[in-house]
Amino acid sequence: MKMVVVAGTPGSGKTSVLMHAVKDLVRAGHSPALVKIDCMWTEDDARFKRLQVPVAVGLSKDMCPDHYAIYNFDEMLEWAAAQGADILLNETAGLCLRCAPYPDKALAICVIDVTTGPNSPLKVGPLLTTADAAVMTKGDLVSQAEREVFRERILEANPGCRIIEANGLSGKGSAELAELMASWPDICGEMVLRHNPPLAICTLCTGELRVSKEHHRGVLRHLDGFMEYTGE
Amino acid sequence: MSQSQAIIQAMSQVICEIIKPLALTIQGGVDKDGNPDDVLEIEIARGEIIGIVGPTGSGKSTLIADIEQFALGDTPSGRRILINGQAPAAELRSDPRKKLVAQLSQNMHFLADMSVGEFLRMHAKSRGKDPGLADKVIALANTLTGEPVNPAFQLTILSGGQSRALMVADIAVISDSPIVLIDEIENAGIKKQEALRLLSGEGKIVVVVTHDPMLALMASRRIVMKNGGMTKVISTNEDEQRVFKDIERVDGWLTALRETIRQGEVVA
Repeated sequence: MKMVVVAGTPGSGKTSVLMHAVKDLVRAGHSPALVKIDCMWTEDDARFKRLQVPVAVGLSKDMCPDHYAIYNFDEMLEWAAAQGADILLNETAGLCLRCAPYPDKALAICVIDVTTGPNSPLKVGPLLTTADAAVMTKGDLVSQAEREVFRERILEANPGCRIIEANGLSGKGSAELAELMASWPDICGEMVLRHNPPLAICTLCTGELRVSKEHHRGVLRHLDGFMEYTGE
Repeated sequence: MSQSQAIIQAMSQVICEIIKPLALTIQGGVDKDGNPDDVLEIEIARGEIIGIVGPTGSGKSTLIADIEQFALGDTPSGRRILINGQAPAAELRSDPRKKLVAQLSQNMHFLADMSVGEFLRMHAKSRGKDPGLADKVIALANTLTGEPVNPAFQLTILSGGQSRALMVADIAVISDSPIVLIDEIENAGIKKQEALRLLSGEGKIVVVVTHDPMLALMASRRIVMKNGGMTKVISTNEDEQRVFKDIERVDGWLTALRETIRQGEVVA
């Protein structure tokens, strides 16, 4: 079984790019299965089902969606195996840029929208810096020079990363992406995350609604960067 | 003109690592209904300007996109693009340092929130060129457009004409690839012939999508598009070139009038 984790901010084109790549994988004789993780609601599964491949949805509800995905990787792999799949594709909810739910042996793909401007690759953090490949979308909306500057910025943030220019509408780049997925080694043994998730747990995680500082406990970071532990 | 010529001359001294291709071949695919292109194959040689003409929606931009990404039968048109008779290597398709194609697209505005100077220096770096070329790009752009561009300007405040002039100059100086693709330069509010002459440079292959009679007749041949397909290739002839001289005169007259009005003077 191969595993691919596709992350990226909402609206960056993860689903569209993935749909084209799934078609290419099927055409090449592979059996992909898809798990879409979202927070409250999604209709992406209906889009994926049109491709006639196994699709499952996980809604994280009260749990952080990236933590939820990590916590459920074993179940996803079992489910994909039961569907007779040889590649598990996991599309993340794509909210926080800090978590980067990439296991070391999976292919980690960060989808990033060129129209967000050349500074965005520097803002994204572990989601981009620990990815194996960055997929640049919406390049048709800017000039070639702007695409090339954006590409340079991605390489500044993640020098070793493979860059694929894709278009979710025309399907440009999907063949290259599918080839990369198909060539990735199978997962084996114990998997470890590439980057630690953010520090937990604060009082907000356990349901505190009051805003004032006096009600909060945990490892807390102040606006000026000072970090402290408050509590028992 | 003399200023831009001087800059171009200086540019030609810049060592270019790219091997110039000798020939670009477009192998026919299918139109929007899946019928094969009437033009089965067209070979474009070094130094040639070739036009792409046809009504709006006829597939001109799609053909440009096929060339830009070196289609290998993997785009909706099914066309194949060859360089010197062979399918180009994957790295030529993506790595800007090795890219054979420079493209001036229809998108006239910049979205990047950076200053003009910073952006151009970054672009030169991405192409493996000297960041000092940024000043030359700006000087050249300012020969093409009315209101001068300043390196400290934010890209996002530039006018359409300024953006286009900057993109043209950027392609002539920084991108400097042996194949140049131009999508509808006439919409730009810049000196279009001068821009086309700058972009065509020495020994480059230039493919220009156009509705403009003058630009179309500056091309030695033009591909006619219909319903997504390449229907025929027309070579320009002596009659057309006589017409071209007339258009050039009319265009010069209109340009002078436009300038008079822009400068707030009365047309005599």
